[in-house]
Amino acid sequence: METLPQATIPSARFHVAVQVGDFDLQAEMRTLSAGDRGIGAITSFLGLVRDLNLADDVVALELEHYPGMTEKALIRIAEEAAVRWPLHGVSIIHRVGKLYPGDAIVLVLVASAHRHAAFEANAFIMDFLKTRAPFWKKEWTPEGPRWVDARETDYSAAARWHKVVSEQYGNDEHD
Amino acid sequence: MQVTLLYFARLRERFGMAEEQLSLPEGIQTVAGLIAHLAARGDAWAEELAGERVYRVALDQEMADFSAQLHHGAEVAVFPPVTGG
Repeated sequence: METLPQATIPSARFHVAVQVGDFDLQAEMRTLSAGDRGIGAITSFLGLVRDLNLADDVVALELEHYPGMTEKALIRIAEEAAVRWPLHGVSIIHRVGKLYPGDAIVLVLVASAHRHAAFEANAFIMDFLKTRAPFWKKEWTPEGPRWVDARETDYSAAARWHKVVSEQYGNDEHD
Repeated sequence: MQVTLLYFARLRERFGMAEEQLSLPEGIQTVAGLIAHLAARGDAWAEELAGERVYRVALDQEMADFSAQLHHGAEVAVFPPVTGG
């Protein structure tokens, strides 16, 4: 990923966390929007552990990450989004350790004046998180554990954003 | 030149270690040279690093390609393609 000059990044607030424990969606939304009455939209993406992958029962997931690099990568992805859309704040929380079907695994909140920017930036962040943030999933099935392979569709999902014209949301006339 | 190597996920399990300190022989200057040096250990090292398996390398916590220049004290991580989210 290219390094972006600091001056081009709007004064959006970024919060990233990698943690074992669960998170509280309402509390995270309040923290993100506190004191900023210019926010007109917050989109939230909540990823859950599901019990089926590649036709096998998944009993549990185990998440490993690269401490240090992970946080830097998440901040970078948030910054990349803030260059493309006029954002007021981004919060990214990813859980690690052992998780079970139904558990929350990832939360992305994006705050903006307008909904389109908030929707699109949220999808952008998730697409890049899946291809650039150093997390690895191990699935526990009744037959034992196995590492999850990266999916080609995740890479094509991230690549489509190169076609997005950054000027598209450069003004406030699109809501 | 001394470097710190980190291995994650499948590679950590296959290599039987999460981290090692390595003094590189004279002449190894790049990520490519380092990977070839590791693959020469044979067995799992050769299978994972010199075969068909796909992996990624980060230098000082930034994604790096094979031509990236190493330096004394570098942190080099080798891991499978990421699968978070």
